Amino acid sequence: MDLKYGIVLLIIIIIIIAVLTLGTGSNYERIEIAGSTSVQPVAEKLADKYMEEHPNVRIDVMGGGSGLGIRSVSQNIISIGTSSKALNKSETPGLDNYTIGNEGIVIAVNIDNPVDGLTKSQLKDIFSGKITNWKEVGGQDAQINLVIREDGSGTRQAFEDLVMEKTEVKSDAVVQTSTESVKVAVKQDPNAIGYISLAHMTPDVKALTIDGVSPSLETIKDNSYKLQRPFLFVTNGEPEGEVKKFIEWSLGPEGQKIVEEEKIVPVS
Amino acid sequence: MPKWDEEFFIEKGLLLTAVSSIIIIALIILFVFKEGIPAIESTGFFSFLFGMDWAPTKGEYGIFPMIIGTLGITVLSLLMAVPLGVFCAIFLAEIAPSAMRKVLNPTIQTLAGIPSVVYGFFGLVLLVPFMRLQFGGTGFSMFTASVILTVMILPIIVSVSEDAFRSIPLEYKEASLALGATHWQTIKNVIFPAAIPGVITSVILGMGRAIGETLAIIMVAGNVVQIPSSIFDPVRALTSNIAIEMGYATGIHYNALFATGIVLIFMIIVLLVIANYLHYKKKVTMGGGYL
Amino acid sequence: MHRIIPPKISQKIMTGVFWASGLLTIAILLVIIGYVLLKGLPVVNLEFILGDPIDSGRSGGIFPFIMSSIYVTLLAVLVATPLGVGAAIYLSEYAGEGKLVKLIRFGSETLASIPSIVFGLFGLAFFVIYLGFGWSVLSGGLTLALMALPTILSASEVSIESINKSYAEGSLALGATKWQTIYRVVIPAALPGISTGVILGMGRAIAEAAAVLYTVGAALMIPTSLMDAARPLPLHLYILATEGLSMDNAWGTAAVLVLMILIITVVTNTLVDRYRKKMMGR
Repeated sequence: MDLKYGIVLLIIIIIIIAVLTLGTGSNYERIEIAGSTSVQPVAEKLADKYMEEHPNVRIDVMGGGSGLGIRSVSQNIISIGTSSKALNKSETPGLDNYTIGNEGIVIAVNIDNPVDGLTKSQLKDIFSGKITNWKEVGGQDAQINLVIREDGSGTRQAFEDLVMEKTEVKSDAVVQTSTESVKVAVKQDPNAIGYISLAHMTPDVKALTIDGVSPSLETIKDNSYKLQRPFLFVTNGEPEGEVKKFIEWSLGPEGQKIVEEEKIVPVS
Repeated sequence: MPKWDEEFFIEKGLLLTAVSSIIIIALIILFVFKEGIPAIESTGFFSFLFGMDWAPTKGEYGIFPMIIGTLGITVLSLLMAVPLGVFCAIFLAEIAPSAMRKVLNPTIQTLAGIPSVVYGFFGLVLLVPFMRLQFGGTGFSMFTASVILTVMILPIIVSVSEDAFRSIPLEYKEASLALGATHWQTIKNVIFPAAIPGVITSVILGMGRAIGETLAIIMVAGNVVQIPSSIFDPVRALTSNIAIEMGYATGIHYNALFATGIVLIFMIIVLLVIANYLHYKKKVTMGGGYL
Repeated sequence: MHRIIPPKISQKIMTGVFWASGLLTIAILLVIIGYVLLKGLPVVNLEFILGDPIDSGRSGGIFPFIMSSIYVTLLAVLVATPLGVGAAIYLSEYAGEGKLVKLIRFGSETLASIPSIVFGLFGLAFFVIYLGFGWSVLSGGLTLALMALPTILSASEVSIESINKSYAEGSLALGATKWQTIYRVVIPAALPGISTGVILGMGRAIAEAAAVLYTVGAALMIPTSLMDAARPLPLHLYILATEGLSMDNAWGTAAVLVLMILIITVVTNTLVDRYRKKMMGR
């Protein structure tokens, strides 16, 4: 057979398959969730479980950063935006938010770093550039390399609100675009310091104690660990239909159980 | 139904498909300008274009460091890719045995089609650590980005200038050789000068690709908004700026990114006008290439 | 002009230089492909290709992303081919050399040269928000269609124009109308060239990440309708690499992409070869 007819035939077959598979899927409810890369893992777990129980619902969970989530939900591109910081009401009129849990920000350093803890003011001085050497806080004589997140990150904004207050972060800090990549950067650099989500914490980096309190579910629950922020589901106006059901389910006992399994302090 | 009727509708239908390109380009310009103009208005044309500070949180939108970043990366990569690419094109058109050419041409074609993120990823994983070891710093730099871009624009420069060398009438070459010139003298004095407009086209095409490249540059350039003091400093390109901040930008910041897009469209149109000028005035064939 | 180096010696030196630069160029490019395949292919197996991603793509397979790529690319080509081929027929068979034609050509050239991220901006502003398609296969596919259009247009135009005019004249002389001639004679003769253009357009669409960054979303599941969000392979690679999720899976994804492009190139070249042989045979 002539090659060109073969190719035409192949294309027709692919189109038919595509139409068949794409065509049959219209009878389900669609929920799009996007935003904070810190919230993403727990949102994925919630979505998976919910879809298991509700096969007529399709939930797509995507990352992108809290800023993306809030912006996109207010543009009606997605149904639920996720945020890893409290909303600033004046910036986001018309948006409703639901706290699905509270989570800690871990200050992570390389496991070879002898420093075990910092005070909040030391932390502020390090990120503002006042303290630039590890020996000033009891470590080795080495320059401190800051790893921060991009502007749209909820973790960054929460960190700056909680720690920096009005002081600016040193401008030459290395910028990473996800909580995971901050962790990778800290893992590779013995002199690095960065902030990540407690939920993403793994033993290959070291979590510092802040004012003597180490981050854990308990210390966040009893409020003794200060670096904590809410995980939010954000909707544009009152949610309806499946979106509403999904949010209610997430806040209910089943959802909150999953939240706790993900090292996030449940709200109820 | 009379025959001309059917013919008439078909012709108009085809005309409609033909003007779709114009409609699309008009829509693109309309939408990008509509979203971008407010930022230029509120910042001011000159302080937008020549402003040194890009600080969306403080409401400062100056893209000059990024214009420098884009141009710096582009020029550096052209400096490396043009000599290598043109020599390789001469090699393919004039020197390489035809069996070799049969293998190499599809290879170069494949390389032109490899997704830019693959090149970017390669650069991120291998080139960045290499640069960090060799030249210090973080390894993310203008130079690293331009090395990756060099590799990405080489296939375009090679294939378009090869077409230019190949389109030189055989008589030119034969006449020169018959006069006793060596092959190199013929290339240098006859073939290359005759092919110069085509070579310039290939350079313009490569330049267009370099200016437009986005994700591969994000992965290796470091993306710091600053005017680099050396080629080993990290920089941010115009395209990268859009891709990095588009996700979360709101308000004027959002508009400013579209305005960055306007600047890019403008740069590309200038390049196209130059290419068209060469095409009409100097009889350059585009060789089916694109920016 | 007096030369210090005798012509014969400079000839030898320069031949060496040409060989060196030719081989160097090829070597650089081959090393990259080779390295990607070397690192990526060990990851690629049936489970990787047909499996679902686990834990945001940190492990598991890439099947939903392969399907996403196929869907958006198919949609792009389905939309761009009629437009591109129609425009090519008009430009080469109907239009003269008027102002409109010049404008159309300039439009198509500009379309071909606009940075992909600007397409992404337009796709976000127009398809996603203005038309309300959201992040979906539809928005992403249409954005890619705009990018594939000029490729298909110019390849089809070249191939239609290269057809021997005597075919069309013969057909017209036999009393066929212009459209009948185009439909029965010109298009069949130009079909291999047009297919090549379509495949090239497909190659452009399948490799693109920046244009879909803000138009298709980044879903982890197989899209099952045009309105579903998706995540084409290049975008998946970009996310894996920049978020540092999994280097192994990133290499695997890169290798799959490279293989896809290799297949596309081989198919185009076979088509072009057959076409050439046919033309020479006549």
